[in-house]
Amino acid sequence: MTALAAEPVAARMRQRTPSIEARTTENGQPFLFVAPADLVLLLTLLRDDEDLRFDALMDLTAYDLLKYPAKAPSDAICAVWLLWSHVHRHELMVQTHAARSDCRLPTTSGVWPAAIYFEREVFDLYGVHFDGHPDLRRIMCPQDWVGHPLRKDYVYPATYHGVSHLRDGQHFESQPAREAR
Amino acid sequence: MTVEATTPSGETMQLSMGPHHPATHGVLRIVVESDGEIVQNCTPDHGYLHRSIEKIGECVEWPMFVPYTDRVDYVCAMNANLAYCLAVERLLATDPATTVVVPRRAEVIRVLVAELNRISSHLIAVGAMAMDVGAYTPFLHGIAQRELVNDIFEKLCGQRLTYNYVTIGGVAFDLHHGAGDEIARFLDQFEREMVRFNRLLTTNAIFRDRCAGVAAVTRDEAIEWGLVGPNLRGSGVDFDLRRDVPYGVYGELGVRVPVGQCFAGRRGRQGDCYDRYVVRLLEINESVRLCREALKLLPPKAEKETDPIGGWQADVTKQLKKPPKGSVHCRTEAPRGEMGYFLVSDGTKTPWRVRVRTGSFSASGIFHKVMRGTFLADVVAIIGSFDVVVPEIDR
Repeated sequence: MTALAAEPVAARMRQRTPSIEARTTENGQPFLFVAPADLVLLLTLLRDDEDLRFDALMDLTAYDLLKYPAKAPSDAICAVWLLWSHVHRHELMVQTHAARSDCRLPTTSGVWPAAIYFEREVFDLYGVHFDGHPDLRRIMCPQDWVGHPLRKDYVYPATYHGVSHLRDGQHFESQPAREAR
Repeated sequence: MTVEATTPSGETMQLSMGPHHPATHGVLRIVVESDGEIVQNCTPDHGYLHRSIEKIGECVEWPMFVPYTDRVDYVCAMNANLAYCLAVERLLATDPATTVVVPRRAEVIRVLVAELNRISSHLIAVGAMAMDVGAYTPFLHGIAQRELVNDIFEKLCGQRLTYNYVTIGGVAFDLHHGAGDEIARFLDQFEREMVRFNRLLTTNAIFRDRCAGVAAVTRDEAIEWGLVGPNLRGSGVDFDLRRDVPYGVYGELGVRVPVGQCFAGRRGRQGDCYDRYVVRLLEINESVRLCREALKLLPPKAEKETDPIGGWQADVTKQLKKPPKGSVHCRTEAPRGEMGYFLVSDGTKTPWRVRVRTGSFSASGIFHKVMRGTFLADVVAIIGSFDVVVPEIDR
């Protein structure tokens, strides 16, 4: 496997970015957790450090923690950076949380320009505002769309510009599969 | 670029290409701001094909999402199936209690169909690129060969475009009777056909000069803008997930990786449209070789479909009802580059989050950068050379 162990990386970075924590997911995948304030500095350090050299952003995405059955329940949006080093051929996951009510994170498009598109997508689907992003517009949904569809509390709109989304007699439940379970 | 190509006063005109421009490979709109013939600015407008596939993933059970992956990229649906199924298998493998062992025969069949699909997908890519710059005939030659691949797949699983063939834990059906010979015959005649295709297009001086030096992406730019697959290799980065982070039986096959090295000669630059084109053609040759190697590796069919060697489908019903809680990330090399699935599971039979990372999405992120300063007529050549497939961008 090419995934780096998180603890040595965290120990190396702790002095510059004190909020860093090495954690593992429930199924044992290592990742670094960091506060939004330290995020950009940490990612820049990870990119430039000679032994780490994470020169490529594989993926940037998010998922909603609302009602997620974790040990410490949260309602935050969890944003995920998946990094890859073409030099050393290893990968690393970095996560941070954005508060649901004031959903803001600093932009990382200055670290890797690839993040410009990924952040637009996360903004569109999760409503995370990336401060300092050069072109933060919706990318999948129309610009005048209301709400952020991948949030777990998203309510399906019944109409768009006065046109109904429903056939006669059809109705949406707010969360089809979840509610049925 | 000549001075005459721009207007004297430097006034610009806004031109909306799409959403139904034939060269945009689907419904993609590109707003081009041009000064005479020179592109000053270009803004891609996405979302016309958004079908909320990631949202659907959160509403259906784990195996029910496989047919949707076909629609993520219908030009290489086998690879799209494979990417998702591998990710779910990797999630199951994070807990010893739910680990699935995919039968060896299924693993080899997966590589076989993935490489056949890569051939047909790259044929569309290079053919459509040629068509975009004005050479219509090579496209038809490519389509004719793709039909033969589709015929093989139709016999295999009943579908010609969206296969739903690779399943979690194996493949849906075993190879049909005589499939090995049929594929071997196809590969033999395909190689002869490619000689003709290359004489017609690849070594054609008009086509080569048309693409040489256009929209060159340097090695560092390609990495930091997140290009993947043939677009990345076209810029000279020697990286292929099949070789460097192998999955399935790719590790045994020894994948050889072509990279762009200024194939167009004196007028070209590394990472230009022609390099990306040639890398795809070389990858087709490599896929032909991998198909032949895979046929040699294929173990004989067993009686039982769950047999760990000669079977083709492990039993995963129980595991998928209660997969491990947590997340997993799995990357595969699809024809349009890295197709990565990031899955989050809450330990139930439906996923909590299904994230698809596709090659076309990040490729379209660099459009506005590479198109600035090129000729208006190059816009279609650039879109063609990056081989974007719009359903993959919009999902």
